[in-house]
Amino acid sequence: MKNLMIKTWFKSGTPWVWLNAAAVSACLIMVVGVLGLIVIRGVGHFWPSPVVQFSYQEKDGQIQTLIGEHVDTSITPAAMAKSTGHIMADNEETLVQYLIKSGNRDITGTDFRWILKRNIQQQQVPDDLMVVERREWGNFYGHLVAVKENGKIVAQGADAFPAAQTRIAQALAVFKDIAHLEKKQVGAVNYSLEQLRLEQKKLQLENRWDAAAEQRVAAEKAELEVAYKAYQSQLSGLYQQIRKDSLVAKTENGTELEIPLSKIVRIFQPNTMNLFNKLGHYGGKLVEFLADDPREANTEGGIFPAIFGTVMMVIMMSIIVTPFGVIAAVYLREYAKQGFLTRLIRIAVNNLAGVPSIVYGVFGLGFFVYILGGNIDQLFFPESAPAPVYGTPGLLWASITLALLTLPVVIVSTEEGLARIPKSMREGSLALGATKLETLWLTVLPMASPAMMTGLILAVARAAGEVAPLMLVGVVKLAPTLPLDGNYPFLHLDRKFMHLGFHIYDVGFQSPNVEAARPLVYATALLLVLVIVGLNLAAIIIRNNLREKYRALEG
Amino acid sequence: MSDINPQIKKTSSITISSGDYHQRWRLIKDALARYGVVIGGLGVIAAVVMIFFYLLYVVYPLFMSANAESVSEYSVPELALGNTLLLELEEQNQVAARFTDQGKVVFFEPATGKIVLTQAVAIPEGTHISSFAQGSPINEGAVIYGLSDGRAIIVKHQYKVTFPDNVRVITPSLKYPLGEAPLVLEESGAALEKVAVRVGDDGTTIVVKTADSAQSPGKLRLINFQKEQSLFADEAALTRIDSELEMPVAGIANILIDKDEANLYLLSNDGQLGFFDINNKSKPNLRQQQNVVDAGQKVTSIVFLNGDISLMIGDSSGLVSQWSMVRDTLNRPAMQKIRAFKVSEKAVIALNAEQRRKGFMTTDADGVVGIYHSTAERQLIQERVSSALPIAAVLSPRANRLLLQSADGKMHFWQVDNEHPEVSFKSLWQEVSYESYPKPAYIWQSSAANNDFEPKYSLTPLVFGTLKAAFYAMLVAMPLALMGAIYTAYFMAPQMRQYVKPSIEIMGALPTVILGFLAGLWLAPFMEEHLAGLFAMLMIVPVFVLLFAFAWQYIPKSMRENMAEGWDAAILLPVILLSGWFAFSISVPLESLLFHGSLRDWFRTELGIGYDQRNAMVVGVAMGFAVIPTIFSIAEDAIFSVPKHLTVGSLALGATPWQTMIRVVLLTASPGIFSAVMIGFGRAVGETMIVLMATGNTPVMDLSVFQGLRTLAANIAVEMPESEVDSTHYRVLFLSALVLFTFTFIFNTLAEIIRQRLRERYSSL
Repeated sequence: MKNLMIKTWFKSGTPWVWLNAAAVSACLIMVVGVLGLIVIRGVGHFWPSPVVQFSYQEKDGQIQTLIGEHVDTSITPAAMAKSTGHIMADNEETLVQYLIKSGNRDITGTDFRWILKRNIQQQQVPDDLMVVERREWGNFYGHLVAVKENGKIVAQGADAFPAAQTRIAQALAVFKDIAHLEKKQVGAVNYSLEQLRLEQKKLQLENRWDAAAEQRVAAEKAELEVAYKAYQSQLSGLYQQIRKDSLVAKTENGTELEIPLSKIVRIFQPNTMNLFNKLGHYGGKLVEFLADDPREANTEGGIFPAIFGTVMMVIMMSIIVTPFGVIAAVYLREYAKQGFLTRLIRIAVNNLAGVPSIVYGVFGLGFFVYILGGNIDQLFFPESAPAPVYGTPGLLWASITLALLTLPVVIVSTEEGLARIPKSMREGSLALGATKLETLWLTVLPMASPAMMTGLILAVARAAGEVAPLMLVGVVKLAPTLPLDGNYPFLHLDRKFMHLGFHIYDVGFQSPNVEAARPLVYATALLLVLVIVGLNLAAIIIRNNLREKYRALEG
Repeated sequence: MSDINPQIKKTSSITISSGDYHQRWRLIKDALARYGVVIGGLGVIAAVVMIFFYLLYVVYPLFMSANAESVSEYSVPELALGNTLLLELEEQNQVAARFTDQGKVVFFEPATGKIVLTQAVAIPEGTHISSFAQGSPINEGAVIYGLSDGRAIIVKHQYKVTFPDNVRVITPSLKYPLGEAPLVLEESGAALEKVAVRVGDDGTTIVVKTADSAQSPGKLRLINFQKEQSLFADEAALTRIDSELEMPVAGIANILIDKDEANLYLLSNDGQLGFFDINNKSKPNLRQQQNVVDAGQKVTSIVFLNGDISLMIGDSSGLVSQWSMVRDTLNRPAMQKIRAFKVSEKAVIALNAEQRRKGFMTTDADGVVGIYHSTAERQLIQERVSSALPIAAVLSPRANRLLLQSADGKMHFWQVDNEHPEVSFKSLWQEVSYESYPKPAYIWQSSAANNDFEPKYSLTPLVFGTLKAAFYAMLVAMPLALMGAIYTAYFMAPQMRQYVKPSIEIMGALPTVILGFLAGLWLAPFMEEHLAGLFAMLMIVPVFVLLFAFAWQYIPKSMRENMAEGWDAAILLPVILLSGWFAFSISVPLESLLFHGSLRDWFRTELGIGYDQRNAMVVGVAMGFAVIPTIFSIAEDAIFSVPKHLTVGSLALGATPWQTMIRVVLLTASPGIFSAVMIGFGRAVGETMIVLMATGNTPVMDLSVFQGLRTLAANIAVEMPESEVDSTHYRVLFLSALVLFTFTFIFNTLAEIIRQRLRERYSSL
């Protein structure tokens, strides 16, 4: 009876429908799960977590003090733990391990350490524990002992922390001045000197290097040298100022360490912070993340150059891809006779969309960089040989390569928009005596502009997330200069640039200290996901609005 | 819109008659725009074609055959100074050297035969040269003269390059690395019948065979000079080790020492090879004796292939065989014949090895020169250089020139154009015997630190890895995406569909670098730890879903009807989450009960399957995730646009919704679903970042789901930035890009054609 029921139930097909529904649910769970994972890990990165002091019994029985942030917990079943070589008591069901970020890499050699929960004798969160974010060697965890000026102690005990804070604020201001001077001013002088050298070489190559030119170049050079000297003396003053202060800190096992303030980004005592302090800290870190240059091989600090590079590349790409994509779509919808040729073009468009992105990279490297770039160098920049200008991967080639890659996105989207415009619109315009171009320019394209916008947004989203081809045509792990700066001609299309996606790959997989870099990678990934999901949602919303509008028009 | 065109023509005829300038300008603009747009539209085709042809253009030279042409021919310079023992060409092909049997060295310009310098080696009075050998062809070639009184002289020929007035001038000179005075190698004063030398950075090894005399038969001696750098003296002191070798074969014709001075090969005329281990210079050890030519044939020439691991042995029948040291099953080194080239019907007179690649040049008795590449098993050039019997030949260090002296007193200088000998169909796609490998194998290993490395360009493991990754990705993606598409398009409530479709499409917009990063740094360790949980989930979740569905019927109707139809997917969310959690939580006790605690260990110990942390399963899940939206979106469109009257008709005839789905909808939409799968597969094949980050990128050929792999795309991403422009490696990488392009081109074109057909069919229904 029951069997029969199950049989008929299966026969009706209902279970299969349920299984299909389960597939949809599984897909949804996966999407939400992945997004949620990135959001949780990415958002948490900047929140100051308490610094814990453990009394820990080492393997040899000695009891040690450990200071650090509790980062991760791993719970291993007893049987599995035994097979990996841990000694387990009979009544223990699981082996609990904590991952502690103990910092102080310059003293202990490692930042991270796994400890066994059962060996922790005692655990407290003393108020005076301090975290020092440094420009080198990662974080320092310990107690503040004193603040020194020119080697003399100026504050000690309870006064030390506020004193250190104010002095660090001053030091940071000086540091900012130094960075500004070095990067902007001195950088500009160096750039001008290099331009002069190239000009001289160019004139020599063209046999126009005469006494007048020589005099002029020499004069300009001398002028620049004077400016350079002035900056140098200014810089040395600033350096003196920043180097005078330092603080003395004590690690968990009593080692005292003097840290110059010039090497410190910030200090804080997370265990004493209240919610507002923490929020402030979070905001500060977030601003640093978005607006500062990276430190420590990209594993600390900000990702501003990567954001900037991505945005520049995407803008350049949009400028290139939009006209071509729109023209191709207009041809397909408005000009071409629907037949063999349009079929061929559609196949071509689909192929452009389906060709692996790395193939674009290979093509870009071979064709754009080596052939086009190499020839441009020979024709226009003989003076900088043998150093290539455009004959090496750079922003321009990356943008063109990605424009080619995103072309089908713009074509398909624009074409869809054009197809939705009712025929009556065109016929009305033509009937009033407008030429086809005028109809197109004044009636059809304005109406299709939201569709073009959608296409462009989708193209931007695609380009922002694409990494594989960029690895070949212009992205680097660390670019010394931005592609846009104050030196003429301001926009340097030949420069290499940093990119968010590549930053993720590079820091997550090529960095020597992956464990330390991981939170930053999650934060970068979150930023990239937010941008791309945002762009896609915008495109979807625009598209839906458009559909509604035309439905009304047709009705 | 083609139907508008006639109207335009009408307008134009009116305006031209009116003759208005402005009107005409409007028309010109219109026409210009038309041409511009047409060009723009056709530009898309041009772009695809250009990508294809550019890739082809870069790849093409790989398969071009090499060619050689005569540059000049002249009579042998200073023929009176003796017969040629050895010809040499320096790196720039500006100076050649001829070593004669009278101890003279004639340096001349190879293109013209003009003498540059003639030098004489100091042969002591009363002796004559009884034997001669070349030490090392690479950098500062050394030669040794064995004398008739048991002494020998080692000479190096060097070429100094200077640039006075921006013109390259090469000045040859001779140098005596062990002193100008002859070295006494045989105290008894017996003539040195055969010599061999190897001059290394901190030692020199010489092997001599003395002539038979009335008192004693000839002996085989090994003499080693070791430089001992003293702390105070600039000059290094030499320590000498002498040892005598037992004669393994009679009638030794050739003696060869490898570049590490660790192996010694003795070869008799009739093809008996004796192979010594001379790592310990005072106690040489005979390792193996072997016959290396067919019975009745004589060995006519012998040379080391670049790297000194393989011996090329030419015989009187025109066969050149490659013998290489391979470790046998007991890990003992032994010489083994790897391959043979039939280069001529006549005897092979001379063999020359290329100095930077695994190529070699053969010269036969007819004066025909052939250039071959051993790994690729490819004959690149066969040209008759001389009509007379050749005497000596040399291939330049860069393998771009050859010089040959023939018996009629002529010198032949040829140019050789041979850029990419390493690549052949066999070396790319088939099993190849590589040096030091016991069996023929498929291996991709494109570069190494040292110069005499044998590049292994087999694309097979990469294609295998690509297909393996794509297969596992499809295994994950296809059921989820297709089943999801079926449900979403046909059963789901429209309000829910409105949200589900965009969310899955957003899944497709996620950058693959993020998926790869999560796969590599989060999923891979997670899977390693929870392998059993994962398998448990695969089994338990569907069962729970079915159980829940069965139970659903018994829920009071009122409650069921509260849930609108087509929201099943939403109801199932908690069921799947709970059952998934349940699967993970029971996996731990199950694992300790059934698999002694760890499923991974169980796989290894019981089934012998190893586990890599970054393996095909991780890639399958991550790339499956990336491919799901592609397949889902296209398949959903195809199912959704099946005309409604078909389904309504089927339902009206009494079929259940599921029957309608299977028998009517799926059947009609099947071409669309097929093309969705193909496009998804194309995407999986070309995906780069996920594979790059989620696998170990080891080019192994192993079907196991727990092993890593390397795909074509990832290989390009890894190696392209480091490859030298226009090198063979660069072109092979372009070839793999071309393979990817062609592959996806076929898939995408097919899919698009099917979709176009389907669209037509729907519109006719």
